[in-house]
Amino acid sequence: MEKIQIIAIAISILFLLYIVRLIIKGKLREEYSIVWIVCTAVLVVFSFWRSGLDIVSNVVGVYSPPNLVFTAAIFAIFIYLLHLSVVISKLQSQNKQLAQDIALLKEKMK
Amino acid sequence: MMKIAAIVPAYNEEDAIAAVVNDILQEARSQNYSITVIVVNDCSGDSTTEIISKLNCVALNLPINLGIGGAVQTGFKYAFENGFDFAIQIDGDGQHPASEISKLVEAINEKKCDVIIGSRFISKEGFQSSMLRRFGINYFKWLNRFLVGVTVTDSTSGFRLINRKALEIVSEYYPDEYPEPEAIILFSLNKLKIGEVSVTMKERQGGVSSINAVSSIYYMFKVSLAIFYTFIRIKFKK
Repeated sequence: MEKIQIIAIAISILFLLYIVRLIIKGKLREEYSIVWIVCTAVLVVFSFWRSGLDIVSNVVGVYSPPNLVFTAAIFAIFIYLLHLSVVISKLQSQNKQLAQDIALLKEKMK
Repeated sequence: MMKIAAIVPAYNEEDAIAAVVNDILQEARSQNYSITVIVVNDCSGDSTTEIISKLNCVALNLPINLGIGGAVQTGFKYAFENGFDFAIQIDGDGQHPASEISKLVEAINEKKCDVIIGSRFISKEGFQSSMLRRFGINYFKWLNRFLVGVTVTDSTSGFRLINRKALEIVSEYYPDEYPEPEAIILFSLNKLKIGEVSVTMKERQGGVSSINAVSSIYYMFKVSLAIFYTFIRIKFKK
């Protein structure tokens, strides 16, 4: 096992543990943790299975394996950011509704 | 007797708000309709909250700042829930003189419209706004005409009187930011009749406009997008 491999494995596992800790402490909701757990799992798999990246690149027809890593990572990030924008938009509209209802209720209580 | 809700959105308007509310009440005294003033305080940081609590009006205090659209919609919801026949939006900075309210009320009865917009640009009297702003207003005039075939000369005017039918629609959905041009599309796609009447506006008495020169590009872009989205959303729902 090479040095870089050990470093990659250590970092991936630490990251995974941190996510688990966040969920246990209730700071991260399970539905948002899924994507992180899957990503870290992929990292762990490829850290152990060194030739895996070359094999997968060959299968999908990418000549340079690092390009596959960047393409896949950027695509995943875009999708996740879009998902977060959707979540924020929903929160914002719920927030607005709550604020309006509070103002109307406060007036009713007077 | 017509029951009208005068919705006054106020964000840091301590200088002007008392005069605005009192002018409306004064004006309504001599007319054949009754006006209840509803001030929506959009989480002001100054003394607006204390001032409006002492005035003869309904004070709706928002716990967080929602922006003009969210604030006005709070007033619409109050008016709709409390059985008002009409709602008129009057800006809290004194731009819309109370003496012009009757013109809108007369017009809505005469023209049998659901929505009456007070326009600065029919008789071209009073405060006419800046060049850039007028350019934007003309752009929205053409956009509205193109999309829904309605010509509104002053589409950014917040001075509007709407009836209960329109009130129901805007309590359900009202745009958050820069709502005025988008609301025109919303009304006309819901088959409401929109009319305009000439009014004279004043320059703001206090406070700052929600639109400055830097953000006007963003304003045009955002409102155009919002108009297209609303157009598509309503068109394809049916």
